[in-house]
Amino acid sequence: DRGGPGLGGPGRAGDGSSHAARIPDVDSLRRETGFSQASLRRLYDRFQALDRTGKGYLSRLDLQQIGALAVNPLGDRIIDSFFPDGSLRLDFPGFVRVLAHFRPVDEEEEGNRDPKEPEPLNSRMNKLRFAFQLYDLDRDGKISRHEMLQALRLMVGVQVTEEQLESIADRTVQEADEDGDGAVSFLEFAKSLEKMNIEQKMSIRILK
Amino acid sequence: MSGRWAPGPRWGVLLALLLALGELPRARGVEEEPGGAHGEAQGFQVVTFEWHHVQDPYIIALWILVASLAKIGFHLSHKVTSVVPESALLIVLGLVLGGIVLAADHIASFSLTPTVFFFYLLPPIVLDAGYFMPNRLFFGNLGTILLYAVIGTVWNAATTGLSLYGVFLSGLMGDLNIGLLDFLLFGSLIAAVDPVAVLAVFEEVHVNEVLFIIVFGESLLNDAVTVVLYNVFESFVTLGGDKVTGVDCVKGIVSFFVVSLGGTLVGIVFAFLLSLVTRFTKHVRIIEPGFVFVLSYLSYLTSEMLSLSAILAITFCGICCQKYVKANISEQSATTVRYTMKMLASGAETIIFMFLGISAVDPLIWKWNTAFVLLTLLFISVYRAIGVVLQTWILNRYRMVQLEIIDQVVMSYGGLRGAVAYALVVLLDENKVKEKNLFVSTTIIVIFFTVIFQGLTIKPLVQWLKVKRSEQRDPKLNEKLHGRAFDHILSAIEDISGQIGHNYLRDKWSNFDRKFLSKILMRRSAQKSRDRILNVFHELNLKDAISYVAEGERRGSLAFIRSPSTDNMVNVDFSTPRPSTVEASVSYLLRENVSAVRLDMQSLEQRRQSIRDAEDMITHHTLQQYLYKPRQEYKHLYSRHGLTADEDEKQDTEIFHRTMRKRLESFKSAKLGINPHKKAAKLLKRERAQKRRNSSIPNGKLPMVSSLQDFTIKEKDLELSDTEEAPNYDDEMSGGIEFLANIGQDTATDSPSGIDNPAFSLEESPGILSGVPPWLCPGEAVVPSQRARLQIPHSPGNFHRLAPFRLSGKSVDSFLLADGPEEQPHAAPPESTHM
Repeated sequence: DRGGPGLGGPGRAGDGSSHAARIPDVDSLRRETGFSQASLRRLYDRFQALDRTGKGYLSRLDLQQIGALAVNPLGDRIIDSFFPDGSLRLDFPGFVRVLAHFRPVDEEEEGNRDPKEPEPLNSRMNKLRFAFQLYDLDRDGKISRHEMLQALRLMVGVQVTEEQLESIADRTVQEADEDGDGAVSFLEFAKSLEKMNIEQKMSIRILK
Repeated sequence: MSGRWAPGPRWGVLLALLLALGELPRARGVEEEPGGAHGEAQGFQVVTFEWHHVQDPYIIALWILVASLAKIGFHLSHKVTSVVPESALLIVLGLVLGGIVLAADHIASFSLTPTVFFFYLLPPIVLDAGYFMPNRLFFGNLGTILLYAVIGTVWNAATTGLSLYGVFLSGLMGDLNIGLLDFLLFGSLIAAVDPVAVLAVFEEVHVNEVLFIIVFGESLLNDAVTVVLYNVFESFVTLGGDKVTGVDCVKGIVSFFVVSLGGTLVGIVFAFLLSLVTRFTKHVRIIEPGFVFVLSYLSYLTSEMLSLSAILAITFCGICCQKYVKANISEQSATTVRYTMKMLASGAETIIFMFLGISAVDPLIWKWNTAFVLLTLLFISVYRAIGVVLQTWILNRYRMVQLEIIDQVVMSYGGLRGAVAYALVVLLDENKVKEKNLFVSTTIIVIFFTVIFQGLTIKPLVQWLKVKRSEQRDPKLNEKLHGRAFDHILSAIEDISGQIGHNYLRDKWSNFDRKFLSKILMRRSAQKSRDRILNVFHELNLKDAISYVAEGERRGSLAFIRSPSTDNMVNVDFSTPRPSTVEASVSYLLRENVSAVRLDMQSLEQRRQSIRDAEDMITHHTLQQYLYKPRQEYKHLYSRHGLTADEDEKQDTEIFHRTMRKRLESFKSAKLGINPHKKAAKLLKRERAQKRRNSSIPNGKLPMVSSLQDFTIKEKDLELSDTEEAPNYDDEMSGGIEFLANIGQDTATDSPSGIDNPAFSLEESPGILSGVPPWLCPGEAVVPSQRARLQIPHSPGNFHRLAPFRLSGKSVDSFLLADGPEEQPHAAPPESTHM
C-alpha cells in the first residue's frame, strides 16, 4: 500500500514542529486527539484552505463548498455534526476533535491506556456515538421510527416507494429495539452493530 | 489430456475406465480387440467402425465427462465436500483412475502435459480470475500483492534452493548428480504459489476478502517472477555453472522487468482491442461473447509467443476490459460470458486436479530421496512463513488494515503449490537436468501435500484461529443500513479533511477514463436516441411482465391484475423490478445487482438459498438495490455486476438536488422568513452556484457527462414524451436551482407522481433533466444532456406516462398529471425532510 502523500516520516518531524508552532495549543490537542504532529500540521493546512476568507474559523458555508459533500446523502448532517449545539463557528480544535473520531484504533495504544483517563475519541463507542447522533436529530438519545425514516429517505434512491420505506424503517427499528419502546437507544444501536468491525469501518488510514 | 495418445489400441483402457466407473470390478476381464473395424475390406460396408478416426477427441470428451461426473458424485455427499476440498478429492480420484489405467494397460497412458496445461487448461482459469477480479480490492492492495509476489517469490526460491544445496553439501541426501544451479532452478519452480490451487482451496474456505485478494493476487502476479527465474536458471544450467557471468545476472534482472511489464502491456493492449471490438457488436449479438474469449486467449498466446508472462497478460486483459465489455455487450451476452467463463474455468480446474492425480501414477517418473523430499517440504513451509512475517512487518507500517498474526499464519499456510510447478518441472530437459525425475517426484509430493493436507486442514485452522471470514449470512437490516451510512460518513470526512491520498490516483485515473477511455471504448448507445429509448422501454415492459408473473406466483394467482380494487395494488409497484420470489427466476439474471464482492459462484448460490423469509428478502433487496452507494463504492473502476456510470450520475444529481433544496430551505427560514422573494432566492442561488463553480471543481469527484452534452439541443425532435417540459425547463434553468426555492408555489407541471419518496416529489424535473450538477456546467443555463433524456424511462414518473397499461393506482395519477397540471397529489410539506 502506498503511504499517503505528506505522510510525515521521521525525517520531517523537525520542520514539522516549527510549523506546528502556529497551531494554538498544539500539545494539548495532540494529547486529546492522538494525532501526530505531522497529521495536525496537515489538518491545520486543510483548515486554513477551507477558511478561504481567513477569518480564523469555519462556517457551515465553508464546509458546504466542498463539492463532493453536496452529493453525499449524509453530507449536511455530517456538516451539522461539526457545529454542535447550534454554534456557527468551528475553530481548529473543534475541527480536529471531530476528525479524531476517525483515527484508526491503535491496539498498542489501546493496551497501554490508563483506564482512569477518558476513552479516546477514536474508541469504538465514540465512533458509534458519532454515527448515532447523525440519526438522532432531536437529541433525545433515541432514534425514533420517524428519525429512521428520515435517514432512510436520504440514503435511498427515488425508486423506492414511501410504503416500502416505511416498512423498511419499521423493520429496522423493530430489529434493533429490545425494550419495545419503538425507538432505538444508543445501547440498542451499539448492540445491533456488535458483529461489525466498527474500528475498521469507521477509520481512515491517512488520519493516523 | 495427453500428448501421449499414441495411435494404437487403447480399448482396454477405455472399457476398463468406463466399467470401473460403473463400479464393475471385472474391468480387466473385458478386453477386446478392435479387429472388426479394420478387418480386410471386402466391398462396401454398410456400417464401419472407425475408432482411430475419432480416438483423440473421443478420449478427451470422455475424460471431461468422467471429471464432470466425478464432480456430481462428490456433491452427493454434502458432508464429504464440506470437509474435504474438491481439489483433494479430484487428486485422489485421479490416483485411483491412474491406478486402474496402469493396471489395465501396464504403462501410464495418460498424463498432464505442459502443452495441454499451458495452452488449454490454464488460460480459462486465469481469464476467469482476471475478468471477475474485484478491481477495487485488487488495486487497493496492489502494493502488498506486488511485494509478496515479487520479493516473496524470489525469497522463497533463493532460500529453498540454497538451503537444499547446503544440506546436499552436508551429504545428507546421498549421492546425487546435481549442482547449485539445479537446486536454484528447482527452488524457482517450487517457490511460486499456484493460482489454481489457491483459488480452489480458498474459495471453499471463505476467509475475508482482503486476505483472499492478497494470497490470490500474489499467486497470479508471481507468474512473471517464476517464469523469469525459471528461464534464467534453466539457461544457466544449460550454459554450465562456470560460464555464468555478471552480465547474465544483469540480463536476468532486466528480463524480469521486460517479461512482467511486457506481459502486462500485451494484456492491456488486447483489453483495449477487446473493448473496442465489443463496441461494434450490436448487430452480431450472437457471437459477442466469443470475442471476449478469443481476444483474451490471443493476448495469452501473443505474450507466450513473445516469451513474456502469459498469465500476467491474460489477467490484465481481463481486469482492464471488464468495465467496458460489461457496458458494451448486451445483458444476455454478459450472462453468457459469465457462465461460460465459470464453466470453462471450473472444468479446467477439475481436469487439472484429476490429471495431477493420474500423472502421479507412473512408475517411470518416480525417484525417491527421502531427505530431499522431506527437506523440500520443510523448507518451503518454513521459508514461506518467515518471508510472510518479514514482509508483513514492513507492510504493516503502511497499511491501515493491519495484517495480524492470524492473517499471516493463514497466508503462510495458504501458500499452496500446484499444477504450474508440475508443468514447469515436466518441461525440464532430462539431458541438462540430470535429476529431473527426482525433481518431478518431489514436486508431485509437494503439490499433493499442500493441496491435500494443507487444503484439508486450512478450514479447521481458519475456524480454530477465528480468522475473520467473509460474510456469508445476509447482514441484518441495521448492519446494512448503518454500514452504508458509515461509508457515506467516511467519504465525507475524507473530503472534509482533504486527505485524498488514497483516492488520489484513483481519481486521476477515473478522470482520464471518463474523458478519453470511456469515450473511445464504450458504445455510444446514447446516440441512437430513439431506438435506445424504445429498447429500454421495451426492456422495462418485459421486466414488468416478469414482475407480474412473479407477483402472481407469490399470490397464487394472477387475479390481482384484473382486480379493480386498488388496495390490492398498494404493494405492487412495477416501476421497479420488484425483488420477490422472482429472485430465483429469469429476472434474477436480468438484474444481478449484488454490489458486495462475490468471489465465486458458490457463494452467490448459497446466498440465494440462505434467504428464507420472503419479507426480509424484499426489504433487504430493496435496500441492497436502492441505497445510495458511497463514492468509495461506486466510483471505482471495477464492478463485478456492471454498475454503469449512468447510475452514479443519476444518483449524484438526485442527492445534489436534495441537498441544495434543503440548504435553501434552511437558509430561507433562517434568513428570509418563510416566504422568500423570488429575487432574493435567485440572487442567493446565483451567488452560490458561482462559488460552487469556483470552489468545488478542484475536488473533482463528481462525474462529468461532457461526452454527451454536445449533441443535445440539435436533437430535440428526438424527445419522446417530454416535449411539454422543454419550455418550462429552459425558464427554470435560466434561474438554475432557484426553482427549488419556489417549490412550494411551483406547480411543477411534470413532477412525476410515481415517486413516493417525498424528498423527491417536488424537484424531479431538474433532477431528471440535468445530468450534470449545475456547478460543473460551463454556463448559467444547464443544457439537458442526452443522457438525462435517456433516463426518462428509468424515472418512474415518466415511465408511467410511457406505460399506459400500468394498472397501479399511481398510474392513474400520472395520467391526471400529464393532462391537467393543477393536481399535485404528492405535495408533501417540505418539513418532512427538513433536518
